[in-house]
Amino acid sequence: MPVPAATLDDGRVSPDVPLLEVRHLVKEYHLPRERLLAPPPVVRALDDVSFTLQAGRSLGIVGESGSGKSTLARLVMALETPTAGTVRLDGEDLHALGAAALRRARVKLQMVFQDPYGSLDPRRTVGQTVSEPLAVLQGMPRVERLQRAAEALEAVGLRSGDLGKYPHEFSGGQRQRIAIARALITRPRLIVADEPVSALDVSVQAQVLNLMRDLQERYGLSYLFISHDLSVVDLVCDEVIVLQGGRIVEKGPPDTVFRQPVHPYTRRLLAAVPALEPSV
Amino acid sequence: MIDNASSVPIGKAAGAGTAAMPGGGPASSPEADAPLLEVRGLRVTLPTARGPVQVLRDVSFTMARGQTLGIIGESGCGKSLTALALMGLLPEGAQVSGSIRLDGQELTTLDEPALCRLRGARMGMVFQEPMTALNPLHTIGRQIAEPLRLHRRISASAARAEALRLLERVQLPQAAHRLDAYPHQLSGGQRQRVVIAIALSCGPGLLIADEPTTALDVTVQREVLDLIGELVAQDGMGLLLISHDLGVMARAVRHLLVMYAGAAVESGPTPEVFRRLAHPYTRGLFAARPRIGLPRGTRLETIPGRVPDLADLPPGCAFAQRCERAQDDCRRAMPAPIELARHHHVRCLRPHGQD
Repeated sequence: MPVPAATLDDGRVSPDVPLLEVRHLVKEYHLPRERLLAPPPVVRALDDVSFTLQAGRSLGIVGESGSGKSTLARLVMALETPTAGTVRLDGEDLHALGAAALRRARVKLQMVFQDPYGSLDPRRTVGQTVSEPLAVLQGMPRVERLQRAAEALEAVGLRSGDLGKYPHEFSGGQRQRIAIARALITRPRLIVADEPVSALDVSVQAQVLNLMRDLQERYGLSYLFISHDLSVVDLVCDEVIVLQGGRIVEKGPPDTVFRQPVHPYTRRLLAAVPALEPSV
Repeated sequence: MIDNASSVPIGKAAGAGTAAMPGGGPASSPEADAPLLEVRGLRVTLPTARGPVQVLRDVSFTMARGQTLGIIGESGCGKSLTALALMGLLPEGAQVSGSIRLDGQELTTLDEPALCRLRGARMGMVFQEPMTALNPLHTIGRQIAEPLRLHRRISASAARAEALRLLERVQLPQAAHRLDAYPHQLSGGQRQRVVIAIALSCGPGLLIADEPTTALDVTVQREVLDLIGELVAQDGMGLLLISHDLGVMARAVRHLLVMYAGAAVESGPTPEVFRRLAHPYTRGLFAARPRIGLPRGTRLETIPGRVPDLADLPPGCAFAQRCERAQDDCRRAMPAPIELARHHHVRCLRPHGQD
């Protein structure tokens, strides 16, 4: 296992090693062959993407369907292998780790998905779902696991009494809170959130966004926040990357990118955001 | 709640000036002076595992010909059920009371064959997910021609020519080439254009669009909204747009109806509703919306609590338990609509802007 440059007393790596460092990431997918003997066509979903994310900060990834933002999320989560490039978490190259080391590294890295209906197993209790990521921390006593699950539920504004309930007993916003509780339970440093509020109603979306902010302050979390909604990213993120066709076309603090956009694609995205002022 | 047929210039009759004529057969002869759509005291009760639940509670509104009306609200507020009730597509076992009149013709008493003649011919429909609205096994051209042959009884070759004209109208690139394409060969935005072409095919007087751009990317969303706006204006069609997105409404409709827990709580001209935000729920929706340019670290205002269970509604205003302005009288009976200004109505005892 690569030794990080320096380790602080609390086990965290020294501040000069970024929490997440993505370098020259490329991901190609082979499409089905169009002709028997021709080489299969290749799609480059990510094309030389590099960025860093410091601990406690939030980075937004915006772009439209096919821009590569979800591919990026899967590569950062090490759910897929890149064609080229590296993803380093606390200095560790995730894609160079063996299975066991990767499982340990995943404790620091959790994910929240878009669909609070599809991402929870309807046959498992909330307690089982929320404590599932703890399975990698082998040997944790059951009592402690339950204790952690209760804490995580309370951190997201649910009750520990909800542990024995099933997902269908909860509303969409509450289910997304359960998904966030599951992500929190390993006390991660980074949460990759792929469209975490897109399926929620406006008033519920506001509650979940406020919750994500509170949790960030309380636990020093970092978010890699993937969204098609520029206003959500503007609110949540310290920095934003605009992806188009797998390439970064613009990057910077939202104050700059959203107020003085340079790239024509960013301008087009911004112009398309419906304004609240009636135009009719 | 909206009673402003007179405020909107009466558009030319639906379909006039285009090749398409309003279909529907002899039973439908529209009364010239009737509004395009008049919904009065609509109540819908659905059977559920916990017994019958009233999901639409006394919904009333009127649309003049050529008027654009948006229904906005959150999941479960009844906006989509209102559209389904108009189209006669409510789930099995639904009980309907009240009145729905299209061109003066009562729809709630029609049987299924009569409704079938009406749908597509006098009401065009566009839904959220174009991939499920289209049949993956049939070409685009065939799917556009189907309603034409069904409602207008024209020949296959005439239908194909008309299908091409419609695809050109919805600005589908390479329309002639695309007639023989299958849905999977098109992008999401292109598929939604095809669905719009089908909805327009028989020159309906009313276009019902339920979250038509929700599944689309933001730049495509804008193009499709603008396209719907142009087509509606060109044909003098009424547009009933259902959306959860205030920004979409601001762009696309002149009148707005806000729904909460199965009831219409505020209605009026879009700029008026946006300016005044009279109902505390309307105001809450606005405040909760993230928007570009808020200072970093702003906490969004949220509406406390959650939407009440329709099976277990408290007496009185359904929003009272989440409303900071609520007093005892709010919890006694559902407030009757009051007129704040011309055509601007609110079901609230303590609306904003009256203090």
